Amino acid sequence: MQSSAKYLTRKGWYQTAIIAIIGGTYILGSWILNFDNLSGLMAVPRAFGWLGINFQPTAKSVEYLPKIWQKLMQTVLLAISSTVVAAIISIFVALIGSKVTGINGFVQLIVRGIASFFRNIPLVAWSMILLFSFKQSDFTGFLALLLMSIGFLIRAFMEIIEDEASETMLALKATGASYFQVIFQAVLPQILPSVLSWILYMIENNVRDATLVGILTGTGIGFIFDLYYKSFRFDAAGMTVLSIIIVVIGLELISNQIRKVIL
Amino acid sequence: MLEVKNLDKSYQKDHPALTNISFSVKPGTFVAIIGPSGAGKTTILRSLNQLIKDDNGEILLDGSNIRSANKAQLRKYRRQIGMVFQNYNLIERLTVIENVLHGRLGYKSTLAGVFGRYTQAEKEEAMSLLKKVGLEDFALQRCSELSGGQKQRVGIARSLIQHPKVILCDEPIASLDPASAQTVMQLLKDLTEEYNLICVANLHQINMAKKYADQIIGIRKGQLVFDEAADLLSEDILRTLYDQDITKELE
Repeated sequence: MQSSAKYLTRKGWYQTAIIAIIGGTYILGSWILNFDNLSGLMAVPRAFGWLGINFQPTAKSVEYLPKIWQKLMQTVLLAISSTVVAAIISIFVALIGSKVTGINGFVQLIVRGIASFFRNIPLVAWSMILLFSFKQSDFTGFLALLLMSIGFLIRAFMEIIEDEASETMLALKATGASYFQVIFQAVLPQILPSVLSWILYMIENNVRDATLVGILTGTGIGFIFDLYYKSFRFDAAGMTVLSIIIVVIGLELISNQIRKVIL
Repeated sequence: MLEVKNLDKSYQKDHPALTNISFSVKPGTFVAIIGPSGAGKTTILRSLNQLIKDDNGEILLDGSNIRSANKAQLRKYRRQIGMVFQNYNLIERLTVIENVLHGRLGYKSTLAGVFGRYTQAEKEEAMSLLKKVGLEDFALQRCSELSGGQKQRVGIARSLIQHPKVILCDEPIASLDPASAQTVMQLLKDLTEEYNLICVANLHQINMAKKYADQIIGIRKGQLVFDEAADLLSEDILRTLYDQDITKELE
């Protein structure tokens, strides 16, 4: 009794200390950077005010809509195609790299390394690097999204396989089924819902990211946003942002419906 | 005839999980392995079909040694050994009949198995086995829609379609309510007699072991302390097995 009361008291102190450290770091950081918290906070509503006035689409900006729509669809298709290709590659790599279905420790290590490498180089860096080789084209954006998605999906799929498939895999292995039979009859059917769910999430994510990539590679919706913005056509830029938001929300709604059906 | 001779296994050096386990089981016998958690019951069961590689000893099924089998031979042994799990280990998204048919994979070519191509005879047998376990009306339902007891019966049908000589049951009733547990145990006992099987089950319920099993094996700290007919299980033995009085369990 005595020791458990002591433990709880100590835990309380630990939690207080952690909160104090986080708060202290923030205060120290603002002091070093001469950051004025109050005026920083006050600037937020002003920024939104400016955004509201200047970025408000006007009746005139409707005429930009066909052009925006065309570029937006290009971007959405780019995101979908890069995610689907990434998913197909990732599922096979994840199968040979996961702890339960993997070939051996060495291969698992390499797969983890590759996934981490692709994932941890920022998307912006990927686009810049690929720009040298592939110039300003949709393909550059496609590749940048593809590599990034592969990094994320390999990791996610490996964890799904390890969490969800190990027990059923054992059951089929015990019946005398061969490796490929186990993969196709137990592992893949078992992980399918989670895998699809991740692919849908990745598509949503990639539509957003494709905008950023587009600014860098001069393609898709990102390019025309950049163009309107830099030529001070803020109403058209606002229209572009609004369209992106609507499409992303639409995609989320659709993928939620798909999830409901498959899960 | 299933014979286990001098089986040893350790997961860490100098911490033996099993030491010198030997026993034999005749066809048509329902064997219960009892003992405290962590005694090595699951290790024994899983080394019988080599899901766990043991360190030393012999496992003979009708005279041939499973332990020294290569990969292809091991597949052939495994298809003669059905397995039933505590958590059923079915593929919940698939239908009941698909899960039962998975028991045939060991007999199929890799390609036919990968694409799930089963013969008419296999499908008919799956249906008749489902009838045997009382689930013929559920054949086309997803396994996720079934209750625990029903899932376990699907698991049993999946092992029966392997035409097994042995069925291994890893805590088959640990997740079931008392009524379903009785049904499953009765089913296992009946099937053991009907197909002249060797059925080996890990059990925590001593009363169930005593009621349904023909032979009881007691394991304590990786060592075999009891291997007799079920009637000979006494309070004294249970006391040494579990290090405490559990006479209530016997009644």
